Amino acid sequence: MKKLAIGLLSAAAIGVVATAASADTLDDVKKKGFVQCGVNTALAGFSAPNDKGEWTGLDVDYCRAVAAAVFGDGTKVKFTGLSAKDRFTALQSGEVDILSRNTTWTVNRDTALGLNFAGVTYYDGQGFMINAKKLPGVNSALQLSGASVCVQAGTTTELNLADYFSANKMEYNPVVFEKFEEANAAYDAGRCDAYTTDQSGLYAVRLQMSAPDDHVVLPEIISKEPLGPSVRQGDDKWFDIAKWTYFALLNAEEAGITQANVDEMKNSSNPDIRRLLGTEAETKIGTDLGLSNDWVVNIIKATGNYGEIFERNVGSGSPLKISRGINALWTKGGLQYGMPIR
Amino acid sequence: MTGEHVLPGLLSCRNNKTKAGRDRHQVKGNHVSEHVIREESVRVPLIYDPRVRSIFFQLLLVALLALGIWWIVDNTIENLRRSNISTGFAFLRGRAGFDISDRLIDYTSDSSYGRALLVGIANTLAVAAAGIVTATILGFLVGIGRLSQNWLIRKLAMIYVEVFRNIPPLLVILFWYQGVLAVLPNVRDSLSLPLGSYLNNRGFYFPKLVWEPGSGLILAGFVAAVILSWYVARRARARQMATGERFPVFLTSAGLIIGLPLLAYLVSGMPVSVDYPQKGTFNLTGGTNIKPEFLSLYLALSFYTASFIAEIVRAGIMGVPKGQTEAYSALGMSSNDGLRLVVIPQAMRIIIPPLTSQYLNLTKNSSLAVAIGYPDLYAIGGTILNQTGQAIEVVVIFMTVYLSISILTSLFMNWFNTKMALKER
Repeated sequence: MKKLAIGLLSAAAIGVVATAASADTLDDVKKKGFVQCGVNTALAGFSAPNDKGEWTGLDVDYCRAVAAAVFGDGTKVKFTGLSAKDRFTALQSGEVDILSRNTTWTVNRDTALGLNFAGVTYYDGQGFMINAKKLPGVNSALQLSGASVCVQAGTTTELNLADYFSANKMEYNPVVFEKFEEANAAYDAGRCDAYTTDQSGLYAVRLQMSAPDDHVVLPEIISKEPLGPSVRQGDDKWFDIAKWTYFALLNAEEAGITQANVDEMKNSSNPDIRRLLGTEAETKIGTDLGLSNDWVVNIIKATGNYGEIFERNVGSGSPLKISRGINALWTKGGLQYGMPIR
Repeated sequence: MTGEHVLPGLLSCRNNKTKAGRDRHQVKGNHVSEHVIREESVRVPLIYDPRVRSIFFQLLLVALLALGIWWIVDNTIENLRRSNISTGFAFLRGRAGFDISDRLIDYTSDSSYGRALLVGIANTLAVAAAGIVTATILGFLVGIGRLSQNWLIRKLAMIYVEVFRNIPPLLVILFWYQGVLAVLPNVRDSLSLPLGSYLNNRGFYFPKLVWEPGSGLILAGFVAAVILSWYVARRARARQMATGERFPVFLTSAGLIIGLPLLAYLVSGMPVSVDYPQKGTFNLTGGTNIKPEFLSLYLALSFYTASFIAEIVRAGIMGVPKGQTEAYSALGMSSNDGLRLVVIPQAMRIIIPPLTSQYLNLTKNSSLAVAIGYPDLYAIGGTILNQTGQAIEVVVIFMTVYLSISILTSLFMNWFNTKMALKER
């Protein structure tokens, strides 16, 4: 009897010790053999399954780049579709290793929610879309007083919307949905007069409407929405990998390294490029990150540089046809600036 | 435990005990109670004492449970601390920042998260209360319909029950939202209904009564009418008990409740005006608007739960012995009177306990509102969870609120059950 009780108690005590969460994400990821990445369920251009059922998009390609950096193989990644509401809990609880789901970088999320943002993969701003056929004569968001507006729950969009309407002393009816698809369907069905989300998202949603040409995106941008991937706080090593994967994509574009020419570039005479691609003698950049020295080569082979990812998913090579704008490299008048890899 | 403390003469003790037990049985059998041999008089090692054993195992269970809970709490706190997530309920005082369109209490985006939760709780209660009332009425009608003599009514009621009982509630909600209400015309082509009300894909709009100064008299008239009706009903009952004469209570009460406020309205100079819905740029303005999110959730929950209530009602009525029906027929009561005065009161005793479960189910199913964007507790709490990241606190609030609503409903229904239970006079 006594022995049984002691046995039970000690088993419980061991349980307490054993379940303390591991803080080394890189080790965990290597052990599992893949990166678990949280993405949007269906946002064309950023993350959505294509007609073959493969995930595609800018956010998706970033995760592939991380997988390529860790494993040398961009396919060693699994995706979890998350709603705006579930995304932070999924990251906090360890369900995903990295969250790359058009998430706005805010101070609240960086601190109280325990996230670390690795960079801004897309500079965005919030806008409005209306059905011009049903609402002729409306060409500014300031004419929307009294309108019903469809919006997704738990987003910065929902908060900006409230701020914008109260700052301009306008009335409105928010119709709030948990899922992106539900909000889209309700707007398409005419439940709302206007739809609001990040402008990039509006262009994507427009393509999914039953009659895309009826819908117009209004010119006003009412907020700053820097969208980027994030990881859990308290694991600097994994945070570094997330951050420098992003910078590597930018630096590769700046140096003119593409998916097509990465192998010849390895023999480049430019020391900057050789350092980036890990072909410089005695280099330690990759191993210091906990990766192999050819990590950048692996990334570029898997996804191409930032410019290639952008054009393929949201730019001229995609149905969205969004111009680079402020998402161009700093050398071309944009905001994308890769920290030096040296 | 004193397990190791083996007493000398252990075996004989056990023998004594079994013998004592046997003696006691015999003694009891002989109805000589004062001869009971008390167990304490026999020295049994504690390890074999059934009372000590049961206490020990209960303590062990409690200790293990406490250990388990402590482990969960400790592990959670440790993990939260490690991932730098702030904890506590202080976030409830923070500014919410988002708007809620469907609300019963005052709220703006400047209100606190706590206030937003209250809006959600009020919305949950509203849809649950409305749903319970409608589901009960509909359920009783369909349940009685299933026992009807009329073949068509019986079969229609059966089809209703089988269809709604066998579809998941979420699908019923989506059926109403996307299948019925979304295909209504848009604002510009609103369906005009009688009394200046409109129906479109933004919901149901009807005129709102505006109470102007002096309209207090109407309310007073209404209250007076209710009190008078109650008094009339009491007197009529007493008279029927005494003399057997019946009095048309229903008609009198209806007359009073409609007539008195109407009289007050005329006397006070008609201080009530009507605010009709008007067509604005985007939506109809003025009047009262019931949004399609509320309507679909309310209709879906009512229709879904009514199918279960119908079966409970049918079971309750069929549970009343046939002899009761024969008895009231023999007394010359009409079948309506018999159903109302003899069968239903007895059936209620069978109906109420399972009915409580259905009410609880309906309340809990209302959290499916999240699928269609009705701002109930779960939807608003989810938004707050996302804005603040306080997952554990918000989930604790969810559980506390749903638990409280359920317990209150149960307590009320238990009280009602006791009131309806068979009273032996």
